[in-house]
Amino acid sequence: MMLLPCPWCGPRNVTEFRYGGRAVERPDPGTTSPERWRRYLHLQKNPLGWDTENWYHSAGCRRYFAVQRHTGTNEVRAGEAST
Amino acid sequence: MSSSSNGRTASGGNGRRPDRLRDYSAWRLFRQGLSNDEWPRAWHHHDLRSSYDVVIIGGGVHGLATAYYLAANHGIRNVAVLDKAYIGSGGSGRNTAILRSNYLTPEGVRFYDRSVTLYEHLAADLNFNVMFSQRGHLTLAHNDSSLRTMRWRAEVNKVQKVDSEVIGPDKVSELVPYLDTSAQTRYPILGALYHPPGGIIRHDAVVWGYARAADAHGVHIHQKTEVLGIDVDGGRVSGVRTNRGSISAPIVVNCTAGWSTLISDMAGVDMPVQTFPLQAAVTEPVKPFLDTVVVSGTLHVYCSQTDRGELVFGASVDPFASYSIRGSLEFTEGVAGHVLELMPALSKMRLLRQWAGLCDMTPDYSPIMGPTPVEGFYVDVGWGTYGFKAGPVSGEAMAENIATGRVPEIIAPFGLDRFADGRLVGEKGAAAVGH
Ligand SMILES: Cc1cc2nc3c(=O)[nH]c(=O)nc-3n(C[C@H](O)[C@H](O)[C@H](O)COP(=O)(O)OP(=O)(O)OC[C@H]3O[C@@H](n4cnc5c(N)ncnc54)[C@H](O)[C@@H]3O)c2cc1C
Ligand SMILES: [Zn+2]
Repeated sequence: MMLLPCPWCGPRNVTEFRYGGRAVERPDPGTTSPERWRRYLHLQKNPLGWDTENWYHSAGCRRYFAVQRHTGTNEVRAGEAST
Repeated sequence: MSSSSNGRTASGGNGRRPDRLRDYSAWRLFRQGLSNDEWPRAWHHHDLRSSYDVVIIGGGVHGLATAYYLAANHGIRNVAVLDKAYIGSGGSGRNTAILRSNYLTPEGVRFYDRSVTLYEHLAADLNFNVMFSQRGHLTLAHNDSSLRTMRWRAEVNKVQKVDSEVIGPDKVSELVPYLDTSAQTRYPILGALYHPPGGIIRHDAVVWGYARAADAHGVHIHQKTEVLGIDVDGGRVSGVRTNRGSISAPIVVNCTAGWSTLISDMAGVDMPVQTFPLQAAVTEPVKPFLDTVVVSGTLHVYCSQTDRGELVFGASVDPFASYSIRGSLEFTEGVAGHVLELMPALSKMRLLRQWAGLCDMTPDYSPIMGPTPVEGFYVDVGWGTYGFKAGPVSGEAMAENIATGRVPEIIAPFGLDRFADGRLVGEKGAAAVGH
């Protein structure tokens, strides 16, 4: 079983959460260039190693938070609450 | 049957076959049986040359098929296939071996259908039994919207001369009597997309057959040879660095599926690919009772029975990106529960094992093939959960691309540039669960 540390609920089984993808900055669609928007949409990194990502506690407090996860081993380190 | 009328021979190849490919025969089997001698090695170990004309990274079906067609169709034999582990250790040795061509887009259907045709002739071509069993493929519809997608797929398929039709619950239960087609279930079966030429194959045999044939044509297969870096000079690829030394090469091909972004990163090429694990499981063997491959998109499961009698179960990719290939209990529970909704009679069957492989997912569930902004650096990636069936056609087309410098029409829709131009090839409706 893989546990994720929700900052509000504590460690819970990963099945309670929804994966929110890599934590990257979303450009403002109104002002960004097509090229930057395309990179944001399609050309994200796919790293092997530690990475920061967003998770949503859908079967719990229903809040987002960031987690550091090693994508090769799925080891996680507590992250912080996202806004 | 699938169509094969594009001018070339149905099976590919230019006719000249090395003697070594012919040395598997009934007579040989008989003689070996009497003599007790060891069979000769099917492919050989070589020292690493300091340069090759083409270096292919990844010894799965895609890398090996590309090497084979380079040598067999174009006479380009100074080719190396490098794999960091052993050939077939990636998705090619872990998939559930389903072949079909009933996709959703015309370009997808045409492409996968060429592959089914090549597979139909592969055993004879490679003189290696790949056990292609065209037992038929059923995709079940449990609601109106999936029935609608299936009608759409059937029409697209028919235009491309692919045998594919929507059938009702009566015909479904005739084909698979063990399916619960009653109206009492939570997800009643309203119909199915039936694709008679689809089926399953012995995936290891395909890998070994291509390896043996490529080797017979002079290709070097280097196992335990990991690419650590790619050299690019002035926008041109010049070679690779491996744990066994450096190789210079004017052409480098990335055929590493789940690891493909790591390889493209080495050449400075960004790709719209995320790596997700995909799991599968197999039961103890029982007598044959399930003739066709059965897929349910709504229930996220599929099932087939192997020639040995085991049931093979699969599902959609794991819910988050990862390079880890550990199985999970959630997967087993999900698969078991959903299979039982389809076929309650299986409740006493025991699972023997489960495993996972890595899938290089693209935003449109279609592959990325052809040249990149780095000259001489080609990709044949984005194979996601559905790339085993495409090994032969990809190998054939990539070899032609490399040999002639022109992108063959059959793979032109799948270029890396489509993401900049917004020409995506949406295959999710035909590839998310049924691989
Ligand atoms: C459980 C499961 C079920 C599937 N079911 C189906 C199915 O039913 N039908 C279907 O068509 N497809 C299916 N697929 C998808 C299919 O397996 C893959 O798309 C296909 O095998 C990809 O083949 P490939 O040759 O491109 O890559 P792979 O077979 O993955 O080979 C890539 C190779 O690259 C090597 N490599 C990686 N990094 C390096 C490096 N740095 N240096 C050297 N070598 C390296 C690896 O060792 C590996 O052997 C399934 C996949 C899985 C996991
Ligand atoms: Zn919570």
